[in-house]
Amino acid sequence: MTAPPEISAPAPRSGPPAPVGKPPRRSGRPYGEWLLAAGLLLPNLLLLVLFTYRPLVDNIRLSFTDWNISAPVARYIGVQNYVAWFHDGNSHQVLLNTLIFTVATVGISMALGLALAMLLDQRLRGRNLVRSAIFAPFVISGAAVGLAFQFVFDPNFGMIRDLADRFLGVSVPDFYQQPGWALVMVTTTYIWKNLGYTFVIYLAALQGRRADLDEAAEIDGASAWRRFSKVLLPQLRPTTFFLSITVLLNSVQVFDIINVMTRGGPQGYGTTTLVYQVYRETFVNNKAGYGATIATIMFLILLVITVVQVRVMDRGMNS
Amino acid sequence: MTESAITGVDPDESSGRAHQAEAASFGGVLMKVAGYAAMVAVLLLVAAPLFWIVITSIKERPDIYTQPAQWWPSPPTADGYKAATTDIEFWSYFKNSLIITTILSIAKIVLGVLSAYALSLLRFPGRTIIFVIVIAALMVPNQITVISNYALVSQLGWRNTYQGIIIPLAGVAFGTFLMRNQFLSVPGEIIEAARLDGAGPMKLLWRVVLPMSWPTLIAFSIITVVNEWNEYLWPFLMSDDARTGTLPVGLTQLQNNDGITNWGPVMAATVLAMLPVLIVFLALQRHMIKGLTAGAVKG
Repeated sequence: MTAPPEISAPAPRSGPPAPVGKPPRRSGRPYGEWLLAAGLLLPNLLLLVLFTYRPLVDNIRLSFTDWNISAPVARYIGVQNYVAWFHDGNSHQVLLNTLIFTVATVGISMALGLALAMLLDQRLRGRNLVRSAIFAPFVISGAAVGLAFQFVFDPNFGMIRDLADRFLGVSVPDFYQQPGWALVMVTTTYIWKNLGYTFVIYLAALQGRRADLDEAAEIDGASAWRRFSKVLLPQLRPTTFFLSITVLLNSVQVFDIINVMTRGGPQGYGTTTLVYQVYRETFVNNKAGYGATIATIMFLILLVITVVQVRVMDRGMNS
Repeated sequence: MTESAITGVDPDESSGRAHQAEAASFGGVLMKVAGYAAMVAVLLLVAAPLFWIVITSIKERPDIYTQPAQWWPSPPTADGYKAATTDIEFWSYFKNSLIITTILSIAKIVLGVLSAYALSLLRFPGRTIIFVIVIAALMVPNQITVISNYALVSQLGWRNTYQGIIIPLAGVAFGTFLMRNQFLSVPGEIIEAARLDGAGPMKLLWRVVLPMSWPTLIAFSIITVVNEWNEYLWPFLMSDDARTGTLPVGLTQLQNNDGITNWGPVMAATVLAMLPVLIVFLALQRHMIKGLTAGAVKG
């Protein structure tokens, strides 16, 4: 696990460097301050321990049990759930779906977000309006966006079909029934909703960076591509690192859009990702122990990816 | 709206010049043309689906199911909105969303401010460890905690209750992080002066530290309100019906109620669910974006 302070987002020119406000020790009342601190922190700590850390540990225990979520007792069955998951034919499709969805959403929203941020980091008329427009979908609930886009993608009366008919003269695939296209549908919807986030963060980073470095490179006669790859990208490295972790974590956790649009289908597991499989096994198939197993596996995968990201980034920074 | 409206970055002369220089350095006129082209393309991509659902919501039922589609309703009708607001106990869901978002946001803002204050300006043993414990909660995905939490809350008999939805969501990691960084940036001399004037720790927070932290507090508050309004998984698992279901949960149930989706009312309800948060966003986007660029994502 990484400590987020290390990956804090760029806060360009947000005032002078923060002086650490260390209060001088006041004579005679250290315990009063300790008590006050305990009182202020305890409610929040209690909630986090009870509803974040306790279930995290409890989830691992449950992953070794055969358990129906409404039953009072969970029966210990060792690693059977894990063995079952690796042999479950659906698991491979679920892993593949998760991989495709995550790589596509993270990759496209970061690349597109950066490209748009670079293009709009100029003096252009009406760019404030466009900036607001790109960011607006990010604040709408995923359930509402999912519902709206279900009709946008409707294979009979949807917007995409109409536009394809009108301007391209081609017929659209059945986004509801064909698993591959259903995955394209939820991926596109997710990117539409979340592109504004990467865009806004990259834009803030671009506006806060040192433009003189770039000018120096220009005077040296470097090509546009070299200026981009040798000057701009390294400057944006902390931002890219921050985004790669936060966007990935959010993307892997997508539930609302899939639940509203496809319920993990079509044809069984067409758009079921790991997170959605956890939900299906636990709350639909009444196999909460098995659901806990998948949740644990997902957590381990996320942990490994985050550690690798931090390692890669550290190496990049030091070289 | 100023140039800084969306980034929270204060405009100043030097940055303006830097941007011009940069636009020139990456190809000048060509870059500008590409910029305008991108603006038009993005505006269309964002606006088209929104326009589509709005016109669908005011179409008469037969007009929704035609090919080629009508891009302008003739004549427009409010039937979809009438149906949406009567069919599915829309106002119960709306009321639940209001109540839950209000209580949860206030709880999170208070807990976040108090925790951040203790972790930044009070001295006590174990401060760093406690800070790490609070922050590391950001890295634990919700889906890993819901199974055990669901069992616990069910045992308490709290399913379909407000407290069952609110209490498990009330812990604050992101806001604590955001506010702590803000409090640490309050100049030490000012705090020093207030202490010399005899201000106790709580007076220091109310009279000195918080008044200097309004922009960050506003950012934290808006992000929290928007996040809780949109919260889906936990209220969805906790609510069976309109007793405690929030608006996003209600949308799902609206979808279920019709065998074949009746898109007019569904799109009307979707528009109604989107509106409040979009209005808040348009009014306060600068603060929200400032908070997001200064911290992490999760609430």
